[in-house]
Amino acid sequence: MTQQKGHPLIRLTDVSKSFGPIDVLRGINLDVAAGEVCCVLGDNGAGKSTLINIIAGLHQHTSGRYTVDGHDVRFGSPREALDLGISAVYQHLALVPLLPVWRNFFLGSELTRGVWPFARLDKAQMKEITDQALQNMGIVVKDLEQPVGTLSGGQRQCVAIARAIHFGARVLILDEPTAALGVKQSGVVLKYISRAAQESGVGVVFITHNPHHAYMVGDSFAILSRGEIDLRARREELSVDDLIYRMAGGAELESLQHEMGR
Amino acid sequence: MSETVSNTGPAATSSPAAASDNTAQQPQPASREPHRSMGQRLAGLIKRPEIGSIGGAILVFVLFYALAEPFRNLASFSTVLYQSAALGIPAVAVALLMIGGEFDLSAGVAVTASSLAASMFAAQITGNVWVGVGFALVLSLSIGALNGILLIKTGLHSFLVTLSTFLMLQGLNLAITKLVTGNVATGDISDLAGFDSAQSVFASYFNIFGMSISIMVFYWLAFVAVATWILLRTRVGNWIFAVGGQGDSARAVGVPLNKVKIGLFMGVGFAAWFVGMHLLFDYVTVQSGEGVGNELLYIAQAVVGGCLLTGGYGSAIGAAIGGFIFGMTTQGIIYAGWDPQWFMFFVGVMLLLATVFNAWIRRQVTRG
Ligand SMILES: Nc1ncnc2c1ncn2[C@@H]1O[C@H](COP(=O)(O)OP(=O)(O)OP(=O)(O)O)[C@@H](O)[C@H]1O
Ligand SMILES: [Mg+2]
Repeated sequence: MTQQKGHPLIRLTDVSKSFGPIDVLRGINLDVAAGEVCCVLGDNGAGKSTLINIIAGLHQHTSGRYTVDGHDVRFGSPREALDLGISAVYQHLALVPLLPVWRNFFLGSELTRGVWPFARLDKAQMKEITDQALQNMGIVVKDLEQPVGTLSGGQRQCVAIARAIHFGARVLILDEPTAALGVKQSGVVLKYISRAAQESGVGVVFITHNPHHAYMVGDSFAILSRGEIDLRARREELSVDDLIYRMAGGAELESLQHEMGR
Repeated sequence: MSETVSNTGPAATSSPAAASDNTAQQPQPASREPHRSMGQRLAGLIKRPEIGSIGGAILVFVLFYALAEPFRNLASFSTVLYQSAALGIPAVAVALLMIGGEFDLSAGVAVTASSLAASMFAAQITGNVWVGVGFALVLSLSIGALNGILLIKTGLHSFLVTLSTFLMLQGLNLAITKLVTGNVATGDISDLAGFDSAQSVFASYFNIFGMSISIMVFYWLAFVAVATWILLRTRVGNWIFAVGGQGDSARAVGVPLNKVKIGLFMGVGFAAWFVGMHLLFDYVTVQSGEGVGNELLYIAQAVVGGCLLTGGYGSAIGAAIGGFIFGMTTQGIIYAGWDPQWFMFFVGVMLLLATVFNAWIRRQVTRG
């Protein structure tokens, strides 16, 4: 399923979104290519979550074009997006804490043997596949029978991402996967994100507040500001300091500093 | 902007954060299931949801074995098993429901509703008890489905939904019985067609090792076996744990949450019907006010057996052992020559101990 790196998967052209009278997104242009990580940054309320909710099929755009593999789409539900391989991993909604790792991995897509009503879970095979999928991505889990809730936050996030990829995700949408994690755990997830993009060829949309995290994994960056794209640049076009400067509001921050007389 | 393909891949930028984490880079052991030591095995056993109830069962058994002379003979043991089965069959279904994250307060009176329906339908309309049995089954499954549908449509907590249906059913049981029979109980149905065959299915006794054992004991074991198989070995079982553990996550990966919940309520309806039929063919007549309070005993058994009130955790075997504890207690108190009124007190004590113990277990489980 590995796709040619750089092959465009999804593209938003002049997309806008309003909730009633409120314009939340205006004239958004964004594209995500296979094997690349596209980082979306921005302040609170900038519209990041709204943007990815449109991509993932939770909301519909008000105007503009959204294409997948060059075909116009307008999703009625996340299921429709999923069927085209567009999968969102939400931090708190990804896994069931009390359920063992392998049962979580296959939840909703369980493998069975035998015919109804005697169809039973194919435990051995599911455990083996889970084991393989996690190993391939370098995730070490002591015991697949342990409840997911006993894994660290970073490991949990990785298991959810591994699951999405295993079940055919081509575009992976991650809304602040590192927000609640410490330095070390964030490292685990970031490393995993770049590995997923490079080895599985998925396109990743990575939402974050943290420009350092973004620069570690990003191939391209988009800064959202009050519903508009303020900056769209590829990695080679800017340094991490540029990114921090632009994210902090650039000129605005300077004038604030000036005002405060420091 | 995207005509140049970036070759400065993310991996090229080594991050101090990522490098400091070496757990993700360790080579994988060939086998994920290494030889487990005695200590690990014990630790694994302690994590079983029913472990607390097994300890409780041993404790109660020893207590009454020591205190009550008649408790020591086999004949009384068959009575203990019977008591356990009559309470335990609905408790198994209630345990599945609780693992799925919901309560059913209507289960106690639903048993009576089912016997009343079968008895009156057979006596008044058809004259054949099997038609009444079928009618009661449809009714019981419908009550379960109604609970589930109300839960989903109103978005209310199942405690409130089933408290409402409990009160409504209780009222209907009393009022309709009065209306139809002019009495607080239904009439004797033992001379209706099909009574003997129905009685042999639902309320017969077997002689084994000199003990007279009710057929309900075997049904009880069958209920536990089927429920355990469903829970641990089928897709539906996986879904039950998931919808109780975190419904939103389960739905997000395509688990049919609504169907699972409605199905679980219908399972309780089925168990209520089953016990209702037993009581009808065992006692021949039905008191319309019966059943109130049993719903709490079903829940208590499931909780003693390790089910969490918050859902997502528990076992059918645990609920069965919870039933066994309650069965031993009912009979043990009588054999010890105490006033049976003490029963509820003991149930309360056991529930408290079990809950404290199970909470401790869960902390061990989630700690890993
Ligand atoms: N359903 C809605 N109805 C009306 N306004 C909404 C709705 N959803 C979001 N908004 C508004 O849209 C704006 C963007 O919200 P969004 O959640 O996309 O921001 P965000 O960039 O994800 O912020 P954060 O960093 O805090 O998560 C906010 O001003 C919010 O109030
Ligand atoms: Mg957000």
